[in-house]
Amino acid sequence: MDPTGLFFYLVSVLIAGGIYAILCLALNVQWGMGGLFNAGIAGFFAVGAYTSAIVTTAESSRHLGGFGMPIVVGVLAAALLAGIAGAAVARICVRLKSDYLAMASVGIAEILRLIIVNEAWLTNGSLGISGIPRPFGETFTGRQSDLALLGVVWLTVLIVYIICQRLYVSPWGRTLRAIRDNEASAQAVGKNVESFRLQTFVIGCAIMGVAGALSAHFYKSLSPSATEPLLVTFLVWVMLMAGGSGNNRGAILGALTIWFIWSATEIFTNRLPPEWISRSSYIRMLLVGLLLQFVLQRYRSGLLPEKSPRLHGE
Amino acid sequence: MNELVTFINLYLIPGLVIGSIYALGAVGISMIFGILRFAHFAHGDLMTIGGYGVLAAIALIPVNPLFLLPFGIALSIVCALAVDRFFYRPLRDLPTIYTVISSFGVALIFRAAVQLVWSSGNQVFQSGVRKPLVLFDTFRISALHAQAIVLTVVIAIALHLFLTRSKTGRSMRAVSDDPELAAIAGLDTEKVIRWTWIIGAALAATAGVFAGADTSMHPNLGWNLLLPMFAAAILGGIGKPMGAIAGGLIIGVAEETMTYPWFGAEPLISPSYKSAVAFSIMVVLLIFRPQGLFKGRLL
Amino acid sequence: MSALLSVTSLTAGYGGAPIISGIHLDVAENEIAVIIGPNGAGKSTLLKTIFALTKIASGAIAFAGRDIKGLKTAALVPLGISAVPQSRNVFPTLSVEENFDIGTYAAPPPDRAAAFERVIALFPDLRPKLRQPAGELSGGQRQMVAMGRALMSAPKLLLLDEPTAGLSPAYLEKIFDLLLDIRKAGVTILMVEQNAKQALRIADTGHVLVNGENFVSGPGRELLADETVRRSFLGGAG
Repeated sequence: MDPTGLFFYLVSVLIAGGIYAILCLALNVQWGMGGLFNAGIAGFFAVGAYTSAIVTTAESSRHLGGFGMPIVVGVLAAALLAGIAGAAVARICVRLKSDYLAMASVGIAEILRLIIVNEAWLTNGSLGISGIPRPFGETFTGRQSDLALLGVVWLTVLIVYIICQRLYVSPWGRTLRAIRDNEASAQAVGKNVESFRLQTFVIGCAIMGVAGALSAHFYKSLSPSATEPLLVTFLVWVMLMAGGSGNNRGAILGALTIWFIWSATEIFTNRLPPEWISRSSYIRMLLVGLLLQFVLQRYRSGLLPEKSPRLHGE
Repeated sequence: MNELVTFINLYLIPGLVIGSIYALGAVGISMIFGILRFAHFAHGDLMTIGGYGVLAAIALIPVNPLFLLPFGIALSIVCALAVDRFFYRPLRDLPTIYTVISSFGVALIFRAAVQLVWSSGNQVFQSGVRKPLVLFDTFRISALHAQAIVLTVVIAIALHLFLTRSKTGRSMRAVSDDPELAAIAGLDTEKVIRWTWIIGAALAATAGVFAGADTSMHPNLGWNLLLPMFAAAILGGIGKPMGAIAGGLIIGVAEETMTYPWFGAEPLISPSYKSAVAFSIMVVLLIFRPQGLFKGRLL
Repeated sequence: MSALLSVTSLTAGYGGAPIISGIHLDVAENEIAVIIGPNGAGKSTLLKTIFALTKIASGAIAFAGRDIKGLKTAALVPLGISAVPQSRNVFPTLSVEENFDIGTYAAPPPDRAAAFERVIALFPDLRPKLRQPAGELSGGQRQMVAMGRALMSAPKLLLLDEPTAGLSPAYLEKIFDLLLDIRKAGVTILMVEQNAKQALRIADTGHVLVNGENFVSGPGRELLADETVRRSFLGGAG
């Protein structure tokens, strides 16, 4: 690979890494701060991606809209709709043990996938949506637009990070962690545990929607396979666990570390003989699965552990 | 009359078949939920593994897949015991949600392993057209469907006897009722857990073979069945294996009969939204009756 | 004669600060021994520690002349120790008969049917309810089921944690009568009791625990008559 090629490869890895960092921050709000298990990350991510795509693309007969609106509007709409979907799931499960939320979130992700595949009027079905604009698409073209996007994505990471950090240290975040670590005592001092959980889940889902929107603008086209449910959901979980759940910087670091490993092994395995290339992706999945088990058993606090004392789980 | 026959042949019987598959899978989920207290996300993939185990055996011994069921069951049991030993047991003293996360990873490990060994394409147990059995000149049921329904009934009866009469079965129910008291009574909890995996994996493998034989084997087979199986386990009441069997049958029949044109000529629910039926049932249960139909535990 | 159960300098707790410290306690064969004391004195913790349900920091426990420190609960049952916890003491979805049956699994008696007849004879009230789920019974009946389960393994020593907690006065009498019957059948009883006065009346020995430490021990009647014990732990005169 020539140096420019390598540079732009790195840029695209960093863009995707930034999108994962946003997802990871979102999951950190739900799991790291709120102790809520979300196994349907891919679903909320997909809602965001399709929402922003439909809002921002030029009018098309193949799917709903497009409404040709600015990308900022698309991203905000993505957050709104993903948040609403999250609220629907959370309202059902917040009063039950986390396992039920896990099952229901898998369910909602599956239903959202069905809608995306089947409702062609809305999403153009399995053919998907194309011609999704890039930010500053008129000013920059080609590889320059990659650089512009890189800036936008990491600016978003920064904004989301600041929001999450504010949330974490705010009275709201402290209450939330108290609930996570000892629900009974939090309830005893009169905190409305259910409403706190609901808010946490909705905020997390909205941020996941933003990540979905950015990925739509990154790839410029969308199809149901772009949100391969298990891979997206699973990678984000591994990233957060490895980075250090409860720590926002850990979430970003974990996302980047795992994504770099994931991408680097891709470079390596792409040089394998063709009959091994498809197999190598299974090997990578297998290894990531094992990595998660290792982290869970030996390394639960992650690269950057949460700083305040953590009662549960340790 | 004709409509009734069509309804039975094309909706009710397939519903009972898919319901049997859900039922066999949901038994394990319900028992694991009751005894180990976590939602086992890799249970669908345990089904997949059982199916592929039989598929591998067929390549060597080309007979009816049902005769080779022990191979699939053995493979599933070995995998279940191994992941419990190496991945779940080390987490047993932590909040169970960590085990849920771990099982989520195990699901991926199982699937990746299946894809690695058998590649990701569809494979069939037996090719060719199978002639259905015709009962009373009107009811048509394929041999496979009949076998699935009959075997599920037999398993349900055997399981009931096991749980109510045998020492191990009663110990399992005791641990599910109250693990601390079971420890005080001196029961061997680890042995109970081992049996939970053995039974759960054996039934999952059986369900996996039926599911694969009904359509075809592919690596996502089990994962795709996970949602209705969770719904069946909740419907039947967590920790109530017999309830899970009833729950599986109800969900299977509900899914199929919802696609019947009850009003007018169009299916009530488009077949592509079948899995939404299970999800809707799950949502209604979680809102109104999370302990399920048969007063199971609420975790 | 040496004691059946002998606890020496026992210190234990749940990880953090010890809840009981330096406890000495001897239980003679075939006696009823009662542990009393204010709330939070560590009475239940002592019982749980003897039954290997809490971590021992230091000290020794001997049962029938054998060191049992470090043995797991499941290993204590075959040796002849059974326990009944205070709350959640039955398997609610199992029938009364099945609850009894569970009691035989850790230490199978030579003749299960005979063991069952021996135990059920102590609890005639339960006979008509054998097929009913134990969770549907009243609190007093559940306590009987729990004791029955514990007796099925033919223990030498029965540990009871507040067997009369939450029971009506009528049932309270009944349970105390039962304890005398159980003792008559050759079982040694060590129990924690909140109803200290009644318990000391039937007890051979009483142990008063305060702040996780021995306060005073002695024959039940003597403790009942002791002025300090009366004033501090038995609610004044009467």
